Amino acid sequence: MRQPASFCGVVGIKPTYGRVSRYGLVAFGSSLDQIGVFGRSVHDAARVLSVISGRDPRDATCEDRDPLRLPTVPESLQGFVVGLPREYFPPELDPAVRRACERAIRLMKEQGAAVREVSLPHTAYAVPTYYVIAPAEASSNLARFDGVRYGPRFNGSADVRALYRSTRGQGFGPEVRRRILVGTYVLSSGYYDAYYRRAQQMRALIAQDFRNVFDRGVDLLFTPTTPTPAFKAGEKLGDPISMYLSDIFTVTANLAGLPAMSIPIGRVKGLPIGGQFIGQAFLEDEMLEAAYALERVVPAEDEAS
Amino acid sequence: MTWETVIGLETHVQLRTRSKMFCGCSTAFGAPPNTQVCPVCLGLPGALPVANGAAIGLAVRGALALGCTVHPRSIFARKNYFYPDLPKGYQISQFDQPLATNGTLSFLSPERGVVNATIVRLHIEEDAGKSIHDRFAKATAVDLNRSGVPLIEIVGGPDLRSPAEARAYLQTLKQLLEYIGISDCDMEKGSLRVDANVSIRRAGETALNTRTEVKNINAFSFVEKALSVERDRQIALVESGGSVTQQTMLYDSKENTVRPQRSKEESHDYRYFPEPDLPPLVLSPEFVAEQQSELPELPAAKRDRFVASYALSREHATVVTSNRAVAEYYEGVVRAGAEPQAAANWVMTEALADAKDHQEQLRVTPDALAKIVALVKGGTLSNQAAKRVFAEVAAKGGDPRTIAESLGVIQVADTNVVAGWVTDVLGAHASEVGRYKNGETKLMSFFVGQVMRASKGKADPKLAQRVLEEKLAS
Repeated sequence: MRQPASFCGVVGIKPTYGRVSRYGLVAFGSSLDQIGVFGRSVHDAARVLSVISGRDPRDATCEDRDPLRLPTVPESLQGFVVGLPREYFPPELDPAVRRACERAIRLMKEQGAAVREVSLPHTAYAVPTYYVIAPAEASSNLARFDGVRYGPRFNGSADVRALYRSTRGQGFGPEVRRRILVGTYVLSSGYYDAYYRRAQQMRALIAQDFRNVFDRGVDLLFTPTTPTPAFKAGEKLGDPISMYLSDIFTVTANLAGLPAMSIPIGRVKGLPIGGQFIGQAFLEDEMLEAAYALERVVPAEDEAS
Repeated sequence: MTWETVIGLETHVQLRTRSKMFCGCSTAFGAPPNTQVCPVCLGLPGALPVANGAAIGLAVRGALALGCTVHPRSIFARKNYFYPDLPKGYQISQFDQPLATNGTLSFLSPERGVVNATIVRLHIEEDAGKSIHDRFAKATAVDLNRSGVPLIEIVGGPDLRSPAEARAYLQTLKQLLEYIGISDCDMEKGSLRVDANVSIRRAGETALNTRTEVKNINAFSFVEKALSVERDRQIALVESGGSVTQQTMLYDSKENTVRPQRSKEESHDYRYFPEPDLPPLVLSPEFVAEQQSELPELPAAKRDRFVASYALSREHATVVTSNRAVAEYYEGVVRAGAEPQAAANWVMTEALADAKDHQEQLRVTPDALAKIVALVKGGTLSNQAAKRVFAEVAAKGGDPRTIAESLGVIQVADTNVVAGWVTDVLGAHASEVGRYKNGETKLMSFFVGQVMRASKGKADPKLAQRVLEEKLAS
């Protein structure tokens, strides 16, 4: 949600896990999936979210809460404490992305926000953790596309195993096949403890990082959405690791189940740059207030200089 | 060389709920194929499971009745495997954190007396659909009506020592589950299914040897046969110098043989992981206490109470409590005033025999049976006559005394009337009277029989004997 929003120069919101029912959503990584919203403005996206959020007895992971109430646009950011996690501003960060973020931070300060550097020490493990858990769940969720009932059926009626093999070999693209293979591997009995179990332990530490920061008076976090502006279509297909690393700033909120959103904060060589807010669980309204305030003042269409 | 057989049973039991484990579809048996299905149990992409609270309640009752520790928090897990009747590609089950662990089932072994078998664990899962291989030529049909039906799996420890013991264990388990009303336990309908782990060892050894799993035991009467066949196969194998390999054996009831499942049919790695679509199953102490309060008196407790309060023998108490309906019926008869032992005799013989011939219906009401028992005790009906009255009441209903009168079988206890029959009989058998008087006293039963015959069965036999003794003594 947030990565494409950032690349395209629009607003993208991923709500707290459990805020929006997943009933009807074709599952990929069930514990990570959360329906989000794209919008041209914070208000557009928030408005849709206020309609689609709320309890659903058909989704046991959906929280029993009222739909999100639309926050009002704040006069200022007085009283907001915005945390800047140092792990999200590494030395190798694209300079234009850094400049756009620094400008956004300055604008928030000017509106009265207190800005504080914080640390989320397990951030470096987020991408490997995500790319164990998500494929594991995907390998199971995609099992039903076996040609018996779902998915196009490829050749072979003689033997059900041949049917599975040809359907699943030909029906999925290479990236999906790769993820199914990885997911099947990390769940297999000899490797479960080394991969899946450790990933779940790491996931708990990553969530704890966020709690530690929020417990010390930080209201929400601000980070770049992606390390670079959009790469060319197809550019990273041959290098999945590099492609996975472009998720480095966004997967943490999925792993911790926290609400997060991307808003446009500038351009470099014409390409949009996104800034990310990560909020506290079920406090989307605070996150949206901060986004309203930044959106009002940030020159999103200007080159970051 | 003597061998000891070691058996542990894994029993799958369908819970008696109206709707399925994770959706609202009906669980009724026998509907046309694929008519009790919805997006959830069809595994449609995007559909999500929601746990059925009633099923969880029944599972907890089962766990409590087996003396298990019910865990306040357990985890649903996905068991992944490919099979055409498993539309999601995984079964929702429980794995390393099951609902309940560590219980006991006490049963009467035909060889060792009372045995306390361990219940290792009890967990909740959903059933798969049914593959039908014999309906269409060259094709397998899939019926998903059963997909998502709630099950519990009860894993017993390796505590059984013979096929006969396995049968007794299963019988006791079935009785218990029927008692508490959580399942109809009908093996023919598949609501009770059993797989067995079997190994052998030399008598006196304590370590467990390599086991096989015997599957496809699909009727109660096959349990003992299938396990005996597998035991004999293992013994013959080891005695001829071979060794048992861990594999799944399928029982063929027509041939009474076992054959190894082809390795292709076996799934080796289920890739269990916590079901992300369902939160942990958290049970409050209040919920568990409520399920406990829903449990009736269990068969063993009832049997012991019947021994203590009604002075029945253990054997009689076991028969009378074998089934909850029969036990309640028996107590109804006693409450209606029948003497407990006489009531037990009637229930164990006439009432159960009649029920067996009439779809397990106990057709004579407890009140009516109590009246029949009282009529016998009071000398109004002979035992033979009472059986006729019972049959008549069973078939048509009505008051036992009225029926006895209309059948004309009320015993005559009027001494003058009986004396008349006695005089007739003695007059007609002068030579027997002579022999009796010469010491051949065993002829008394002959005389009583003749009096009964003369009275067309209406004479009270005790009174007849007394009158005979008086007359023959004079």
